[in-house]
Amino acid sequence: MNLAALEYDHLQAINGPLIFLKGGEKLPAMSMVQIEDKDGGIRMGQVLEVSSSHAVIQVLSHTAGLSLSGTRVRLESDVVTVDVSREMIGRIFNGIGRTIDGKQIVVAEARLPVTGNPINPVSRDKPDEFIETGISAIDCFNTLVRGQKLPVFSEAGLPAADLVISLLNHARIDEYRKFLVIFAALGITRREMNKYMKVLSDEGRQLIAFINLAEDPPIERLLTPRFALTTAEYFAFRLGYHVLVILSDMTSYCSALREVGAAREEVLGRRGYPGYMYTDLSTIYERAGRIKGLPGSITQLPVLTLPEGDITHPVPDLTGYITEGQIVLEHRLHRKGIYPPVDVLPSLSRLMNNGIGSGKTREDHRQLANQLYACYAKGVDVRRLVTIVGEDAISEQDRIYLRFAELFERELLHQGRGRRSISETLDTGWRLLRMFPSDQLTRINREMISRYYSAILEDGRPSPLER
Amino acid sequence: MTGTIEKISGALIVAKGLEGVFLNETLEVGNESIPGEVIRIQEDHCFVQAFEETAGLRVGDPVRRRKQLLCAQLGPGLLGSIFDGILRPLDKLAGQQGHFLRRGAFLDPLDCSKRWHFRPSVTAGQEVGPGDVLGTVAEKAHIQHRIMVPCGARKSVVESIREGDFTVEEPVAYMEDGTPVIMRASWPVKLPFPHGGKLDATDLFITGQRVLDFLFPLAAGGSAMIPGGFGTGKTVLEQSIAKFSLADIVVYVGCGERGNEMTDLLCEFADLPDPRTGGRLLDRTVLIANTSNMPVAAREASIFCGCTIAEYYRQMGYHVALMADSTSRWAEALREISGRLEELPGEEGFPTYLSSRIAQFYERSGMVRCLGSGGRTGSLTIIGAVSPSGGDFSEPVTQETLKAAGVFWGLEPSLAQRRHFPSINWQSSYSQYLGALQPWLNEKLGPSWEEHRLWAVAILQRDGELQEIVQLVGFDALQENEKLVLETAALIKENFLQQSAMDERDAYCPPEKQLLMIRMLRCFHDKAGEKIASGMNFREVLAMHERQDCMRLGTRTPEEIISMLPETGET
Repeated sequence: MNLAALEYDHLQAINGPLIFLKGGEKLPAMSMVQIEDKDGGIRMGQVLEVSSSHAVIQVLSHTAGLSLSGTRVRLESDVVTVDVSREMIGRIFNGIGRTIDGKQIVVAEARLPVTGNPINPVSRDKPDEFIETGISAIDCFNTLVRGQKLPVFSEAGLPAADLVISLLNHARIDEYRKFLVIFAALGITRREMNKYMKVLSDEGRQLIAFINLAEDPPIERLLTPRFALTTAEYFAFRLGYHVLVILSDMTSYCSALREVGAAREEVLGRRGYPGYMYTDLSTIYERAGRIKGLPGSITQLPVLTLPEGDITHPVPDLTGYITEGQIVLEHRLHRKGIYPPVDVLPSLSRLMNNGIGSGKTREDHRQLANQLYACYAKGVDVRRLVTIVGEDAISEQDRIYLRFAELFERELLHQGRGRRSISETLDTGWRLLRMFPSDQLTRINREMISRYYSAILEDGRPSPLER
Repeated sequence: MTGTIEKISGALIVAKGLEGVFLNETLEVGNESIPGEVIRIQEDHCFVQAFEETAGLRVGDPVRRRKQLLCAQLGPGLLGSIFDGILRPLDKLAGQQGHFLRRGAFLDPLDCSKRWHFRPSVTAGQEVGPGDVLGTVAEKAHIQHRIMVPCGARKSVVESIREGDFTVEEPVAYMEDGTPVIMRASWPVKLPFPHGGKLDATDLFITGQRVLDFLFPLAAGGSAMIPGGFGTGKTVLEQSIAKFSLADIVVYVGCGERGNEMTDLLCEFADLPDPRTGGRLLDRTVLIANTSNMPVAAREASIFCGCTIAEYYRQMGYHVALMADSTSRWAEALREISGRLEELPGEEGFPTYLSSRIAQFYERSGMVRCLGSGGRTGSLTIIGAVSPSGGDFSEPVTQETLKAAGVFWGLEPSLAQRRHFPSINWQSSYSQYLGALQPWLNEKLGPSWEEHRLWAVAILQRDGELQEIVQLVGFDALQENEKLVLETAALIKENFLQQSAMDERDAYCPPEKQLLMIRMLRCFHDKAGEKIASGMNFREVLAMHERQDCMRLGTRTPEEIISMLPETGET
């Protein structure tokens, strides 16, 4: 069929990012079109709805300057596709996959639809390979494994970008040649992007970037993560790379989704976000994983900005239901100068148990993490109590917990820009636990206590209480 | 009978020219014959929800009628398999399409080429009616699949029947009037499968989870809901119940959830032994996976498909448990389709019929007399997870489910944050089966069960009150016996209500052991109470060996606990 023959010029209405086309009934659902304005300028668009009388097209760019007369719409391709190639490494693209670094155009090795297909649950492989990030708050309590999707829940003013950068700098990767970072900037500022790009592009790290900045049309943002993930799938599952995809910031992505939903006059769900946002987000997050019998993997680190730190806001809420845990950053710790300011209590890695233990990290990891967590939670409870009844009214026992919480934050969570190996992290944890007599460590069995707790007692270094 | 596409909007398609089409009829849409279902008819137009991605379809593409409702194909071969939302076998799809799910047509869930060994249990000349068992097939080493006279058949005499190896399509018997009987059965998923009458649910549905069985018991044939925000351990709890509950058959519907979770379940169940039969856990399980990124309309169907399979095994006389994780995603699928149909929305955009749909689903549970002779009974217990947005239980899906389900196992984020699992809130959860279960509990576990339960509830309630006082005046201001209540409650929480799904011995706790554990805790409380009455202070109470004995009780064997209990004459 001659695609070029499909051309329409009878626009009925323009409403925000949408144009309504009379006729247009031959356009396939969800196909990609070119929109040529009366001055010959070209915009891209996607068919959202088509019927025998009209078609609704979402313009993937600004619509300013478009007029009902003189605008022509041509079918470009049946589905939105991305041209992928090994040559993409080291290149920078805009939000809809066009090169913006001024270098020559990439020659395609394959042309893939950006929506991608769901991985058959039967074909998925269990993610269980530990990634040592070098960050205690993550390695010890919220262990990351290959093929996981683990978002960072941040707030305005918190160093989410720094955390992601630390993670990239410290993460120990065995096969450096087969490691690729794909960075999708979704509506972030130029300042933030520069911060990322400076680190991402040095030391010969293999990188592909898709950039949609705050100043770019928000509508393009809906496709940007899909371009990034389709590229990721090509490298991971056809070429055997371990791909880490950074999506920053998913909150801007969801705002764009809301904008389009409102323009289409859809029934809106909570806080104006469309009812299908869960499904839409899942078609992004679920593209992380590993596949049986294939060497590569896709690990996702989406970054979210929580409005007012509200974890029940629809964006983090729906994200949390799909992703495999979350790393939560917190203002109080940040103000105290603790870096990274990870609040371990609401943070979680659901795949942690698959990636830790003897042979992967250390046999005591699970029990030690549980115990540290329990003691810290208790300490935080006491801290809250103290604000009500005052420090004098609490028991001797509670005072130890209070002190523990303080030291836990300063000694274990706080590590500055340095890197800590997993065994350094775990040993620090054991040293903190010396504040308690061994029979109070109910989350750790006797075997581990005799093997590690006693060893720490004998290592001659002073217990944190004595310092 | 072919019509054409008139309009495409997301998963909704409007078709015209389909004469005689009926509501909920299944259709084949477009040149790839993707499955769809009629959800509204308006003059010449019918509205179709597509069970697949609609990208690339065009106005004018053909739409064909299948002249049947969405039916589940039933027969031997379902157990141990994993299907998508409209019962397409996922392993077969992986074989055909590779690692990624591509768009496809309807596919038979049963393997038509496999031969099953059929053993008749009636002889020629016998009169049989609907639901009567004609014979059995060993579907798995430990599970007999009963081949029954179809529900719609009339009473008739068996003309011939023979033992042998048959496919699901070949007749295993002929009736007097020449009608052949094959092993395959078919049933429209949205209609309840027939049974011989509902009975009262009076037996405990043993989950092996202490906080559930002991405090908020569910009856076999009852229904329960597990609402909880993300990270509260809904899925782990559902999976633990699927693993350890004493059901004959488990149907697990992963509805709009994570792909990795279904993989996990599949791998784990393939490895784990079924403690009751010695077979594999997977052998008693049917998995239905419609992960969050699979087509939305199929999500709506997946729950009903699961229900129909569960009811089919119940009709054989089995005790079946259906887990649905999560019904909220199913409700969202309803909302999405309803939005596309431009129906008048109810609360939070959900359709106004949400309430009746949820009720219809939970009402398919029940203890029943099976259709047919032989006096078989079977049960279907439904446990639905609910994922309220923002963890707010006042949202419509949670509220409507509260009306329909008999047990409320509410998950509490603050407990989950403390890594107290299962994070069931013991103050807000409830069971409406307590009364109905009493005779069964008395008979099987003794009258002390209820008495101990009331004691534990009282301690936990008193603890709740005292905690508020502590918040105001501090712990030291309490009296010694009040401190003891807090201590006992803490022991109950830590050593009884918490249960580790990771610990081999603790993961499953039979009711008999639950009783021993609570006796142990009560023994400490009573002893310490006496000591305090005779002047001992609280600090010394903490050093009592009875308190030490209560630690890590779950990881001990029942024999060990018995050896630690003082002789009381209670057995």
